[in-house]
Amino acid sequence: MYIIVVGGGRLGYYLTKALLDEGHEVLIVEKNPTFCQVINDELGTVCIRGDGCEAATLADIGTARADMLIAVTGDDEDNLVACQVAKHKFNVPRTIARVRNPQNETIFKKLGIDVTVSSTNIILENIKEEVPTHPLTHLLTIRDQGLEIVEVKIPPDATTIGKPVKELSLPPGSRLALIIPKERKPRVPTSDTVLRDGDRVIAVITPESEEELRAVLRGT
Amino acid sequence: MKVVIMGCGRVGAQLAGLLDTDGHSVTILDTDVYSFRRLPPTFSGTALVGNGLNEDLLKKAGIEEADAFVALTQGDNRNVMASQIAKHIFNVPRVVCRIYDPLRQELYSTLGVEAFSPTTIFAQMLRERLES
Repeated sequence: MYIIVVGGGRLGYYLTKALLDEGHEVLIVEKNPTFCQVINDELGTVCIRGDGCEAATLADIGTARADMLIAVTGDDEDNLVACQVAKHKFNVPRTIARVRNPQNETIFKKLGIDVTVSSTNIILENIKEEVPTHPLTHLLTIRDQGLEIVEVKIPPDATTIGKPVKELSLPPGSRLALIIPKERKPRVPTSDTVLRDGDRVIAVITPESEEELRAVLRGT
Repeated sequence: MKVVIMGCGRVGAQLAGLLDTDGHSVTILDTDVYSFRRLPPTFSGTALVGNGLNEDLLKKAGIEEADAFVALTQGDNRNVMASQIAKHIFNVPRVVCRIYDPLRQELYSTLGVEAFSPTTIFAQMLRERLES
């Protein structure tokens, strides 16, 4: 695939490196000449100096034949415009934008960007997961289905300990996919599976029923 | 008419002053308080400090009731993004945007943003002056 990466910061650098390793044809567009130099010295001639939001620059590098454009600069507005120019002027089939301000994720979606990745949200989730008392962790979002996969930890004081799964009134549309006990092997829960202290329950739910699921599983 | 202007540079401040004199209700935004010095002393509208890409600030500026939104910051992309938020998220009836880059101006005009490129306008004006 021919992939254009807009923004040659750390993220752009490592992304390009990974994509090159997978055998793709990659080109980075970066404004800062020093960054360009470093990338070209280390990765071979894959970086051109220019503004990836400017239609003229994108025309020069053959954006019309690109399979994908990934915008990973540090500015949300630049990422939005780079993707929109690629999409509407050059008909690039897939555009991915990095989003710094989590609020902008919904805006970008509305404005036609195919995929948004919120670096801030990902870091926040990872940190929250490390806080021992944090009850619910997002593992994965299945966007086209409006579903997500989450993990709920069963704390020692949960009133559901010792109860079988069939006695829990789970939110409609939710499914328990896996239970990972503290010391034994993971198992797929059946209606008779009993919850134990320290279990990690992996569930598929809709984003709205997050709170309900947490409350049902922990009995609070 | 209620107008929200983003960017209190020379053009933004002057436009705010003119609309204010005409009796419109004007709210002007800028990330730097110091920019508001450009507003005429008679300006009776509202000046708000903050980023116009922030939905909460836009709500505070009354974008939900605004009849028009004008994006006049120094950044083309910022103007483009704010204009699209005003148009597609808040459904402001009239959205006008400055885009210096003529190619981007052309593109966003076709995407439904009323965009003006001072670069093109000024170059054409100078050509007409010189050739006449």
